[in-house]
Amino acid sequence: MWKWLHPYANPEVSYHFTNKLLPWLSALAAIFLSIGLVWALLFAPADYQQGHSFRIFYIHVPAASLSMGIYVSMAIAAFSSLVWQLKLADASAAAMAPVGAAFTAIALITGAAWGKPMWGTWWIWDARLTSELILLFLYLGVIALHNAFEDKNLAGKAAGILTLVGVINIPIIKYSVEWWNTLHQGSTVSKLGKPSMSLDMLWPFIFCFIGFSLLVGVIICLRFRNEILARNSIRPWVRELVQQNTVK
Amino acid sequence: MQFNSFSDFINMGGYGFYVWLSFGAAALILTLLLISSKAGHQQIITQISKRKQREDKLRQAKELRKKQNEVLNEVTE
Repeated sequence: MWKWLHPYANPEVSYHFTNKLLPWLSALAAIFLSIGLVWALLFAPADYQQGHSFRIFYIHVPAASLSMGIYVSMAIAAFSSLVWQLKLADASAAAMAPVGAAFTAIALITGAAWGKPMWGTWWIWDARLTSELILLFLYLGVIALHNAFEDKNLAGKAAGILTLVGVINIPIIKYSVEWWNTLHQGSTVSKLGKPSMSLDMLWPFIFCFIGFSLLVGVIICLRFRNEILARNSIRPWVRELVQQNTVK
Repeated sequence: MQFNSFSDFINMGGYGFYVWLSFGAAALILTLLLISSKAGHQQIITQISKRKQREDKLRQAKELRKKQNEVLNEVTE
């Protein structure tokens, strides 16, 4: 595996690989998202209790689970950067943080907009909501640390340590609905093998989820190649690329 | 199709405000993030090119001064 991975530890190879990957990822994301969202908004049946407000689910749940998924990937990148000093892992962690923060914000906003008609309140200090809010602050802290130092290696180290300490929050979010029985409902989708949802509601969710995951991939790729360029600005291959791309 | 008319669709069975607030906020945040991430590429390229121009100018100035000094030395000798 290391032999296969080795060329991708080269920033130039990763940069060009990311460039090649982007159009494919973007096309797939557009296809899955448009099918998923049209299906979710127009064709999925309304919930028998929640009516059409249930459609918020198709954004809220993918956003919330991706906000945690991105954090875990960011933590893995931060760990490899701290332990094996992979500089590209730092770049990828820096690329992931703003995307994760955006999805956490979306999960919180859609959650509030769903909570108001269903629970009668925009916000409550429920365990799930509070821990998700802490996740947003963790992301903001990581972004701030990445930008706080001129030396990107030092910045990566500081942000990486915060990322790894913050991992403790992920199981707290995940199991908060079981440990503290408060307002937020339990999981409907991820009960392995036996989701408690009818199939005509589940299928559009699967499309939305895959679509949002691909969109995450697209944005991370876009930010990752920016990070690579910024961190390698004195390398000859970047200089050459800049020369080709500057309008004289 | 779950809706009979366009106004039915907008109304979302009375939950229109909350549903469109959610979809609108998500669309806005993701579009802004996507655009700024994409625009960042050209921004960084411009930044690096400006830095390179500055470095080139400094180097040229240095060489010029060196030459001037040489000429000056020859004259004084």
